[in-house]
Parts: sequence; C-alpha cells; structure tokens
Amino acid sequence: MADPMRIRAQAAGDKATVRVLMSHEMESGQRKDSAGKLVPAHYIQDVTASLNGKVVMTAEWGPAVSKNPFLQFVVKGAKSGDKISVNWKDNKGDSRTDEATVS
Amino acid sequence: MMKRLALAIGTVVVAGSALAQKSASDGIAEYRAMLQDGNPAELFEAKGEDLWKQKRGPKNASLQQCDLGKGPGVVKGAFVELPRHFADTNKVQDLESRLLTCMETLQGFNATEIAKTPFGRGEQANVTALATWIAAESRGMKFNLPNSHVAEKTMYEVGKRLFFMRGGPHDFACATCHGSDDKRIRLQDLPNLTKNPGDGVGFAAWPAYRVSNGQMWGMQLRLNDCYRQQRFPFPLFGSDATIALGAYMGVNAKGAESIAPAIKR
Repeated sequence: MADPMRIRAQAAGDKATVRVLMSHEMESGQRKDSAGKLVPAHYIQDVTASLNGKVVMTAEWGPAVSKNPFLQFVVKGAKSGDKISVNWKDNKGDSRTDEATVS
Repeated sequence: MMKRLALAIGTVVVAGSALAQKSASDGIAEYRAMLQDGNPAELFEAKGEDLWKQKRGPKNASLQQCDLGKGPGVVKGAFVELPRHFADTNKVQDLESRLLTCMETLQGFNATEIAKTPFGRGEQANVTALATWIAAESRGMKFNLPNSHVAEKTMYEVGKRLFFMRGGPHDFACATCHGSDDKRIRLQDLPNLTKNPGDGVGFAAWPAYRVSNGQMWGMQLRLNDCYRQQRFPFPLFGSDATIALGAYMGVNAKGAESIAPAIKR
C-alpha cells in the first residue's frame, strides 16, 4: 500500500490553487543497483484530479518525473468547501487516491 | 564638464551592476525557497506521526508513552533539548538513539538489529520518519540543551575534542571546514559550528530532505556522511562519538531557531 499524498487546496477569487505532494519512488529504470543489475522501472503513469467528483485534470507521466513529485495546478470555479481528489496509477498497477477540502 | 559627467555616469553604472550581482548563496537560498513549498519532508512527517501512534512490534504497542526527555508522550519541544541525559538508561542520548530505546522497551524491537540496518532500509527508515515528525513538532522553537548533568558536560567536552581531532588520509577535522565564518565548499556555505551559527543553520536544520538524492537524512546519517567525507571509518549508529558531536553542536546552537525538517540541495 502506497503512502498517502499531501493535498492542500486554497481558494482565491474564483480559482483555487491545489498543491499535491506524492510519495513515490519514481524509479526510472535506468539505474543499476550495487550488484550491477538494472533497477526495474517503477513510476506514476496516470494522474487524475477531480473537483466534487468531476474530472478537471488528467496527466500522463513518465520515468523523467522526480522522486516524491510535487504537482501544483489551478482549478477555475472551485470554492471553499469543495472536495478535490487526486488519484495516481503507476506502471505496476498500484494506485492511490486522496481527498482534500478547499479552504 | 562633459568629461566629469561621463565619469559620474560611469561610477553609477559600476555601482549598479555590483548591486545587481547575486552571490551564489543567494541563488541557492532562492532555489531552496522555491522548493520549500513542496518539501517532501512533509511526507516523512506524516509517516512519522502515523508510526508514533500505530501499535507495532512484538509487543504490539505504540510509542505514545516514549519519554523523549520532557516526560512520557511529550513530543513538542523535546527535539530542541536533545541530546540530553536520561536517568533510565543512564546515558546521554540523541533523538534517534532515544527512539531505538523506546522501540525496544515499549514495542519489543531489537535495538541492536535496527542500529545495524543500513540507513533508509526496514525499521531504520521508520526511525528517520519518526525523527522527522518529532523535529517538526518543535519547528520554530529555540535550541536549549540542558547541559547541566555531569554526563552531559562530559559529552560536550568529548564532542569538542572530536570536533577538533584531525585525522584520516586527508588529515583534517570537522573544525577545518566548520571552525570559522564565511567558509564554503563549492557553492555551499559552511556554518561555523563552534558557536551559534544562526537560526535554521547547521544543527538547527536537520533532519532534512536532500533533493539531489531524494533521501530524508537525520543527524545520525548527516554525521555518518561527514565521517565518510573525512575518509574515517563509519561511526556506529547512535554511538557515543556521534552523540558527543551532537551535544557539542547542540549546546553551541543555544538560542538558534529550529527549522527542521529543512530542505537541502
């Protein structure tokens, strides 16, 4: 089971800034371990963000994204009290969804 | 008259460009400020808080009764008073070695085994996460190590001697780089650890997240890596040598504000 994300969402005017910190190895598949064997790639492939259940953003990621990635985006029309949920799926089929309330 | 005017303009331009020139450390400070907002140390904080409350280990107990120096279960403010002497173990302990004691006595883990585990693996990774959260609970507080018990005073003196002890194939000491103001290695400013180097600098900045390798480092790993740079044999996890150095730096840092967990290049 993957570790939880940290999601913060703050409304300003008719927009909300969402900041997400994900806990993930993001192994590129290019590195070798101490025995000289290739470390298998393990990275987030799909990211989906929803506002009150409606998808507002999707992203396709690859092995070039850093370990423990930080994602920030702006959602139009999000008000205080709305629910923002973020989901990621990685190339090993693991996934994680976390939710935060816009403040 | 024209000539004098031209000269005056020339002077202004030179002064202006000198002002606009940023020092390397300003650039790094700016970079850190940009990263601070999404400091992945927060992930370790969250994990550490969870681990503290979770019932784990052979005894299936949480760490909530762990005495970090301010009484069982008191976390806030504990970090800025460590290392200190503990009556139950009759030892001066730092945060990480104290956590091992609690994990052994309360949860039934084998502290010796954890100490032998490489950094970042198994229970050792959990110790780092716990240390990150405990440090975060004292963020913004000022260092104030007790240093009144005779064992604490001894540790401080031992730490001071270790700090100035030259050795290894390169024949240098901690003090060679960290013994005076305004020194640097490549672009990194080096804090002067023989005194209070300022808020959030040196001892007051660890545990920290290293962006370059994506690792969370506690003080034990920080010191371990210092010894690696010195080409010394690695000190054992939680050994008296590391705690003595911690006591020396911690006492010196009295009054410095802790920003831990920080973010490093």
